[in-house]
Amino acid sequence: MDMKVAKKLGLKERYALMTRDLAWDTTYQKMEDVFPQTTYEGIKIHDWDKWEDPFRLTMDAYWKYQSEKERKLYAILDGFNQNNGHLSVTDARYINVLKLFLGSTPPLELMAARGFSMMGRQMNGAGPRVACQMQAVDEYRHFQTQIHSISNYNKYYNGMDEFAHQQSRMWYLSDGKSFFDDAITAGPFEFMVAIGFAFEYVLTNILFVPFISGAAYNGDMAAMTVGFSAQSDEARHMTLGLECIKFMLEQDPDNLPIVQRWIDKWTWRGTRKLASVGMMMDYMLPKRIMSFKEAWEMYVEENGGALFKDLARYGITIPKCFSQTIEEKEHVSHQSWIGFYMKPQATPFHTWIPTPDEMDWLSEKYPNTFDQYYRPVLEFFDAQEKAGNRFDNKTAPMNCQVCVSTMKFNEPGDPMEMCFRESIYQGEKFHTCSDHCKEIFDNEPEKYVQTFISSHQVLQGNCEPDGVDVNAPDFKPGQDMLGYWKLDKRALGDFNGSEDQKNFAAWREQATKN
Amino acid sequence: MSNAFIAFQKNDESRCIVEAILEDNPNAMVDDQPSMVKIDVPNRLVIKRETVEEKIGRSFDLQELQLHLITISGHLDETDDEFTLSWNS
Repeated sequence: MDMKVAKKLGLKERYALMTRDLAWDTTYQKMEDVFPQTTYEGIKIHDWDKWEDPFRLTMDAYWKYQSEKERKLYAILDGFNQNNGHLSVTDARYINVLKLFLGSTPPLELMAARGFSMMGRQMNGAGPRVACQMQAVDEYRHFQTQIHSISNYNKYYNGMDEFAHQQSRMWYLSDGKSFFDDAITAGPFEFMVAIGFAFEYVLTNILFVPFISGAAYNGDMAAMTVGFSAQSDEARHMTLGLECIKFMLEQDPDNLPIVQRWIDKWTWRGTRKLASVGMMMDYMLPKRIMSFKEAWEMYVEENGGALFKDLARYGITIPKCFSQTIEEKEHVSHQSWIGFYMKPQATPFHTWIPTPDEMDWLSEKYPNTFDQYYRPVLEFFDAQEKAGNRFDNKTAPMNCQVCVSTMKFNEPGDPMEMCFRESIYQGEKFHTCSDHCKEIFDNEPEKYVQTFISSHQVLQGNCEPDGVDVNAPDFKPGQDMLGYWKLDKRALGDFNGSEDQKNFAAWREQATKN
Repeated sequence: MSNAFIAFQKNDESRCIVEAILEDNPNAMVDDQPSMVKIDVPNRLVIKRETVEEKIGRSFDLQELQLHLITISGHLDETDDEFTLSWNS
């Protein structure tokens, strides 16, 4: 395809004419009445024209490159599906990482699309409005391509078809949902820090880069093309988030403490959301390229560190949580996997004990923690399973009021002690998983008391399938959680003995013999 | 000093782009990963249109980078002739 743009004007002139020059200030109505949301957070802006879009992307170029990305993506998807690509992944355990990744991410992409559509309306300046509108369209594209990617797998494997229903109900999807709910109900500038900085800069760099590179290594062309195609947009999104932070800091010195608090808060919220991505990399990819710890060092410690050092000229300091995130990088992936392993009847994907070789890989990658704290637990579970006593925790978890993660993280400096914090608000006690979540709660308790936590709501009769009479004398809360979640029974339990395991083996056999 | 970096999907076009980066950034470090390649340069990474055109054998619009990009790190400045990522620290 000939990609040449007819060059009548330079990039800068073209961007200025086709973006800034098409905007106007309102005269029939006051600007502050048309854009009422950009002042109440306390951020002071004096000149919206100072906002930079360093990609200088105009709408015509945007459509041209995005359509080319789509053509490439769908060509790969079609080729993969037509060639029975699902049977070329390393082993059937791999499919479970897709159930988690592609079952949890599309609804978040949709939330991002809604959020950036709102930003595209609310921002006063033409520069951010256009960039936010493009990002909204990008996010909608990711939402669609991810669903198209999973649809082929859904024809063959269990547990993928109810992700939209489960998004607002499923216990382990609550952390992502609450991340976006928190962001989208904040003001526009906080949303930009939450998604543009924390989600794009911290989270997607791990999820869509080393994890997707790992998916490719495991033979999954479908997830690879979707992941990399999405991430090619994320480079623009990160730039938008970073520009927004710089813009706020350059516009008025009074903005610094507000921006600092948001950076502290959202760095931590992003970190908590990453715990499950860590487990996807360390436990769920049969063939591994790098550990979560290594990815964390490359994309968060070094890359995030570079950003914080750079922002120091405006007075920004490294987020308070940063040292704790560095300590936790050696723990969270193991804690997450063990947490999920213990709930075989409560997720639409399977879990398993790593093979001896895989445990050795974990020992090598986590020399300070794996053998000491986590191998013994996994070996104990393994022995129990072999003795016919597969671990199955039937109790409801306790969740953090802010990040809604299940309580499973350790006390800083003491891996043997679980971390709990509590705050009292209007005479009621609320629990958080860490000092940083507690600080977020204490700063805006009126917001976080509203968090929907299914393990609490179930006790009030709010988590029942249609038709259950919660006032019946014999009603027992939570008796039909599978019905409430619409969990496919075939998707439950250990990987060993699952229908997916049997089918994959049989189909692979058929694919290689007559 | 922090590293600016850029990562591309591996394909024929990005192979030429990477060659151009290596020529124009003598301190560049290449990290070859499955299906992707990441290039780190201390402080400032520049991609020059002219060098890419020389390697790829046709005219090249720097906005075409968007098709192969995976991620970037650093402040971006893009003109018709140069795509620059840098840190001010």
